[in-house]
Amino acid sequence: MTINDGNDKPAVWVKNLTRKFGDFTAVDNISFNVGKGEIFGFLGPNGAGKSTTIRMLCGIIEQTSGDGYVGGYSIRGENDRIKKITGYMSQKFSLYNDLTPAENLEFYSGVYGMPAAKRRERMEWALEMSGLESRRHDLTGDLPQGFKQRLALGAAILHQPSILFLDEPTAGVDPLSRRDFWELIYSLSASGVTVFVTTHYMDEAEHCDRIAFIDKGILIKLDTPRALKNLQLSGRIFEIIAAEWLKAFNLLRNERRGFGEVSLFGTKIHLNFIGDDFSAVESLLREKNIPVESARHIPPSLEDVFVALLRPAQISDYEG
Amino acid sequence: MIEVRNLVKRFGSRDALKGINLHIEKGMIFALVGADGAGKTTLLRTLAGILTPDDGEISILGRDIIKDPECAKEHIGYLSQRFSLNPSLTVAENIDFFGALFQVPYGEREKRTKRLMEFSRLGPFRDRQAGKLSGGMKQKLALCCALIHTPDILLLDEPTTGVDPISRRELWEILYDLLGEGVTIVVSTPYMDEAERAGEIMLIHNGRAVISGTLDQLKASYRYFLFEAVCDQNRQALRLVSDHLGKNRVMFFGDRLHIALNDGSESAGIKSLLENSGIQILSLLKIDPGLEDIFIQETSGDN
Repeated sequence: MTINDGNDKPAVWVKNLTRKFGDFTAVDNISFNVGKGEIFGFLGPNGAGKSTTIRMLCGIIEQTSGDGYVGGYSIRGENDRIKKITGYMSQKFSLYNDLTPAENLEFYSGVYGMPAAKRRERMEWALEMSGLESRRHDLTGDLPQGFKQRLALGAAILHQPSILFLDEPTAGVDPLSRRDFWELIYSLSASGVTVFVTTHYMDEAEHCDRIAFIDKGILIKLDTPRALKNLQLSGRIFEIIAAEWLKAFNLLRNERRGFGEVSLFGTKIHLNFIGDDFSAVESLLREKNIPVESARHIPPSLEDVFVALLRPAQISDYEG
Repeated sequence: MIEVRNLVKRFGSRDALKGINLHIEKGMIFALVGADGAGKTTLLRTLAGILTPDDGEISILGRDIIKDPECAKEHIGYLSQRFSLNPSLTVAENIDFFGALFQVPYGEREKRTKRLMEFSRLGPFRDRQAGKLSGGMKQKLALCCALIHTPDILLLDEPTTGVDPISRRELWEILYDLLGEGVTIVVSTPYMDEAERAGEIMLIHNGRAVISGTLDQLKASYRYFLFEAVCDQNRQALRLVSDHLGKNRVMFFGDRLHIALNDGSESAGIKSLLENSGIQILSLLKIDPGLEDIFIQETSGDN
């Protein structure tokens, strides 16, 4: 993996990129670089501007202002070139259910305008990669989700793009298939392909080299997962275990103005404690005769960070 | 409250449910977790009395809902994955529409609408057209519509799929409120971490319940010793361990590896395997398995 090291130009270079739809600003003046071979995660609430950004970078829609280069080509006027070196896969997999896997790949090879000799070789490669060699003549619609997903990835990289855009590629796929999918992503990255991915799975986001948090079109934070988890949050997360967990949970929720946000994980309580002295929580529970088995300070998860960074902006207004 | 025995449902030659058993107590959150196509939606639809199973028994509140699908409907709220809100009606009008549909008396309807608005924090948006809400807010509105007749049992089909973590947390806060009021909730989800929040969990895969119980019970069924490793080169470490133990024994979890070992002594072998390849192990700890580890144990045989 190389991120902006000396000779290598960034794979994606974005400066002050903005896109408006009427008087609604979907993407608001964002700037960032993605290095060659980097796995770059793009996270944010629904409607934050993730897909709009990807579409601008793929050359599908035009920007209102700002500039961007993808693989060294400008998004202002070199869209045809960009389309040749980028691959795109969306959560809907864009496969024809009434075609066979081989026919789907054939279709995409035509879309990419691949030469006939190359076409055969790459189609065989994609069928093998997705484990569909023996099912090449089945209908795509009859395949399990995990196979469809790998086939969609195969179709997206049939023309060997150097930059791959994945828009929620693993939504609704079982954990084993997700794991296999990410192994493919790692090997693509290791071979120098730049991967740009959006996801709502927070553990998956942690597989990325760097993560950009975006909300209401604005880039809020960009860093490695580890650095993000080390951010100073407004509270400390405590995990509380009590036999009467529901009673304890309801009690703490009603005290939330004082203590912070409470959530349940199974029967464990997570409290994002915003006070100074945690013993206040313990004495409240003792007062109400709720014995606490254990209470400990735990490191925040990426989801905790996500919520902490985005929630203040989220409460008041929801345009669009 | 809900009792299901040997439930079977076929669609043509495909077995969507292959003999499901369920027992759900009153006043709990029960999570059905599995991938797309596992059978979650089919199971919820049979519980809602919308689909007739090919075999098996369902009793809800002591009534046989296969014989008489209508008898329990007034006690059940069902939120389907593609719940149809009317996009041109406002938030308040949508709730009112469903109130009328479920024949909630007018005065009562007004009172409940007010509470649901507070509940869901949709109050400031009551006059906004449903079509102009964000994805997470649409889900909350759909939930309000399913709650207008204050059901005893709430069946929710993937209310948080494709919804960002913030809206997801807000939806769960609503579920906790309902739990506090004694509502029994059956919720399906593809997110393992989310299912861990439920009181009881059923993992469903290819139409079968692979395992079910409280999170603690599921954890107790885990056969391996689970170790969490953090290495300086995680991706290389994953490949090495996977080649050594088999690919279903090691997984990435965020920036850590989960390695399933047969006994503690195997960890020494893993240690030297990694270190001999120049990989530095920053930490290696025995940990409790999560739902995802358990799911992998239970399903890796048939993949």
